[in-house]
Amino acid sequence: MKNIQKLGLGIFLAALVLFNLLLFLGQFRLSEQQLQEVVKPEQFQILKTELAPILDKTYTSSFAFVSNFKKYFDAYNEAQQANWQSGGVVIWDDYTFALTKIASQGFVEDNRLLLLLLTIVLGAAGALLNILPKYKDEPAGIKNNGVMFSSNKSRGIIGIIIGAYLIVLYVLIYWFPAYIVNWTLLVDPLSYALSGGPASQWFLYGTIYTLAILVMGVRMFRKYRGNKYQTLRTASVMFFQLSFAFILPEILVLLNKPWYDFKNIWPLDYDFFFDYNVASMLSSGAIGMFMFVWGILLIIIGVPLMTYFYGKRWYCSWVCGCGGLAETAGDPYRHLSDKSLKAWNVERIMVYSVLVIIVLITLLTIVNYFMNFGLLGQATGVLHQWYGFLIGAAFAGVVGVGFYPLMGNRVWCRFGCPLAAYLGIVQRFKSRFRITTNGGQCISCGNCSTYCEMGIDVRWYAQRGQNVVRASCVGCGICASVCPRGVLKLENGPEQGRITDIPFLTGNESIEVLS
Amino acid sequence: MKASGDFCISTKGRRIVIIGNGIAGVTCARHLRKRDSAAHITIISGETEYFFSRTALMYIYMGHLKYKHTQPYEDWFWQKNRLNLVHDWVTGIDFEQKELQLQQQAPLKYDILVLALGSKPNMFGWPGQNLKGVQGLYSYQDLESMEAATQTCGRAVVVGGGLIGIEMAEMLRSRQIEVTFLVREANFWGNVLPEEEAQLVSRHIREHHIDLRLNTELKEILDDGNGHVRGIVTGAGEEIACQFVGLAVGVSPNTGLLKDTPLETNRGILVDEFFATSIRNVFAIGDCVEYRNPPPLRKPVEQVWYTGRMHGETLAHNLAHFPVAYQPGPWFNSAKFLDIEYQTYGIVPAKWEEPLESFYWEHESGKVAFRAVFDGRSKKLQGINALGMRLRHDFFDRVLREGGTVEEVLKQLHRANFDTEFYDKHHHAILKAYNQQFGTNLQPEKEKKTLLSVFGL
Ligand SMILES: Cc1cc2nc3c(=O)[nH]c(=O)nc-3n(C[C@H](O)[C@H](O)[C@H](O)COP(=O)(O)OP(=O)(O)OC[C@H]3O[C@@H](n4cnc5c(N)ncnc54)[C@H](O)[C@@H]3O)c2cc1C
Ligand code: SF4
Repeated sequence: MKNIQKLGLGIFLAALVLFNLLLFLGQFRLSEQQLQEVVKPEQFQILKTELAPILDKTYTSSFAFVSNFKKYFDAYNEAQQANWQSGGVVIWDDYTFALTKIASQGFVEDNRLLLLLLTIVLGAAGALLNILPKYKDEPAGIKNNGVMFSSNKSRGIIGIIIGAYLIVLYVLIYWFPAYIVNWTLLVDPLSYALSGGPASQWFLYGTIYTLAILVMGVRMFRKYRGNKYQTLRTASVMFFQLSFAFILPEILVLLNKPWYDFKNIWPLDYDFFFDYNVASMLSSGAIGMFMFVWGILLIIIGVPLMTYFYGKRWYCSWVCGCGGLAETAGDPYRHLSDKSLKAWNVERIMVYSVLVIIVLITLLTIVNYFMNFGLLGQATGVLHQWYGFLIGAAFAGVVGVGFYPLMGNRVWCRFGCPLAAYLGIVQRFKSRFRITTNGGQCISCGNCSTYCEMGIDVRWYAQRGQNVVRASCVGCGICASVCPRGVLKLENGPEQGRITDIPFLTGNESIEVLS
Repeated sequence: MKASGDFCISTKGRRIVIIGNGIAGVTCARHLRKRDSAAHITIISGETEYFFSRTALMYIYMGHLKYKHTQPYEDWFWQKNRLNLVHDWVTGIDFEQKELQLQQQAPLKYDILVLALGSKPNMFGWPGQNLKGVQGLYSYQDLESMEAATQTCGRAVVVGGGLIGIEMAEMLRSRQIEVTFLVREANFWGNVLPEEEAQLVSRHIREHHIDLRLNTELKEILDDGNGHVRGIVTGAGEEIACQFVGLAVGVSPNTGLLKDTPLETNRGILVDEFFATSIRNVFAIGDCVEYRNPPPLRKPVEQVWYTGRMHGETLAHNLAHFPVAYQPGPWFNSAKFLDIEYQTYGIVPAKWEEPLESFYWEHESGKVAFRAVFDGRSKKLQGINALGMRLRHDFFDRVLREGGTVEEVLKQLHRANFDTEFYDKHHHAILKAYNQQFGTNLQPEKEKKTLLSVFGL
């Protein structure tokens, strides 16, 4: 590593350490006025009394503040619940995050902009400083030198630490956002500029997610320079993340419209048809109506048509946000996917099960809705919660990203994503896309299979002269890039001859070669 | 056609033993299993327990792959297909008793024996060639010893300007080891590649900071006094200090096991066009073979992955059904010189003479090139070389079999294109260069351009 790269890495690590320290800095002190700002007017008087013991008291950590807040808040609700027959009213609203955030004061709160610069901005800059000089003075060409010796990339101690850190991060964001209010304070200025409101944990998450795709996208440009397919594909996911997933939805919020990502498609966007979401779209005028119709058109026309012409890659490795992170930040871990036949069997059972489950939940929801909740009452709400918890958060987030350094960068896409399952069915049975293998040129080296993030044993096909037509292939094109013998080509072409059930290895004219 | 009974023992449940679990032996075993479900098939190898891809050895050293990744089949595959694996060295063959002596295990009887012994690196009797830190690269054990010998190596010398030589140089450079690369010819792989291609690759080698010494031979390897290499002396008498010497001056058929046996060998094990050796029920395939009558345009000894595979496919058929003569299609091969891919179809000699003519085009970047060699009168194509671009095997296989002309090929070169999507296409530039060089006015065959094709459809 050149000195400038070491400096970059040093800056990045320092920024990361500072970023984590922020969670432990500052004080937490909730005033009556702040309480009034946050809670609903009708609840203010009650909460003012109930929370009196913690008002205007200074806590030195978010943990202490949250635990005391919960103590009094929960005690109130429990009492109300016990009394429900005599008119007890439980407060269902969760104010933990909002109150903790507004209560934070001192160092972090006073130095938001400076700290934003010193952590997130400087961290990104340090990473770029490390990445940009990579492969300088070297001829273009893909080098996976040392990947298998790297502690980070080969499930060594560094990889495990990064995986654990990511898992903790996801658990905090999904279930304990009150502990990370200091981080959300940092991005408040950005949030106000975009949507006119304060930053939630989701805004923080979106910011970091987008930055990760952008910075690691630059790394893709360096690593695969000279490879136009990889360059264009990476530029595409960077663009869609930054505009469609990050900026546009915030602007919609600024315009008092529902937060909406125009490239997210049901059933990945699992709550699209849930009653509360449909209601919110339909009550938002022409734009809301457009969102609703657009979302439906994508499902019934966009997906089949695009997948017919280009394979599922048009979405999974060119547009999708989960795919975008996997293809950029996840690229160093792509070879960790399991290539065994067993893993393929597990994959098929899991991913199609998730698809069936979400289709059923969605159908139930719609029928229930049209029967004015006569079918299941509020039970669909419980289903939504469980799906959101188990699949939407635990699987897609915690496992999906947290396990990058352990099981590769496409765990979610491969084993869990119901949209990938839907796209995959179209790709397998009705599409012009395939990976063509080049006659008899394969030397069975294994580079293609090893670097396949979806765990497809590409070599199995290549060495017997069979086109690769697999439901799971996201068309990232890395197999074709790392093949040292020019054996693989991603192509769209006539359906005839696409699936070569009786493969043929060019070169031996003595006999009919069985495969 | 002879029935297989005359060709080899064909009783049900016959014991077929294959020595060698490389591409030749394993392909033969796999195809035998598909064609004969009753046979007892055993594969013996002393090198590794499971079949791995020898061609991928370099990627293990460079950290692209782990050894496990180089195994084309999962471990359960062998048992499932009832292919019995024996991990041991064969130390002797008793052709009379039809019995093999093994180093560790009890002797093994066979009805049919298939020799797929592979090659071994050439050693030309240089002084010092047995010193520590001096080695070739062929086997998995060679890779392990190279790993151990280069742990503290700062400078290495690689001898031999061929495919394994350039791989060794690339491997060492991946560990930041300074490499001096001795090549006897005037250009890298100059006895196979025509001058322009050889120069193109030579330039690229230097671009990778490899100290390429052309027209340079190895004279002697120097001892540091402790039995370890300390340097080498070139033919011109120059001394180059180094801690590792890679010898990559070709390979020869591995026939050591057959010394002092009645089996007929020359450079390799002599076989007829059905892969039968001089002893009944003994066959040989792969690198270790020498054809008594080479197929048209082919050399008597062919040591590449693809020929080993095709030998295995063909012999399996011959043993299971009836013997057909080995008939390879047009020659093809490929390699990667550091970052530049190379593919060849048909025969392109390093030098040619009347009536052969050659057309060569090189991209201004100096990293992409195309050559066609053809009959000057009939224009019939004899072979092509491609550097830095990928071309379809099927396309050239068909053209070469059907005796197509170079001009037909150049007019429809876009159909042969196998480059990744969005890559620059060169077929127009190539056709233009041909027209200029040969005073022709060929027009490209119409590519159908529709609205859809704009979108890559
Ligand atoms: C570094 C390297 C790179 C290469 N790259 C390419 C390439 O890119 N393209 C290409 O076409 N070719 C390439 N080759 C050549 C190709 O690998 C060989 O042609 C091919 O592997 C030969 O296969 P085989 O089955 O004939 O023999 P082998 O693969 O050599 O198999 C023979 C096996 O038999 C075993 N054996 C021998 N004697 C005994 C015994 N007495 N007892 C037990 N076991 C025994 C050996 O240990 C060995 O495992 C490369 C070779 C090397 C070394
Ligand atoms: S990378 Fe290429 S040569 Fe290697 S196994 Fe895959 S298709 Fe074959």
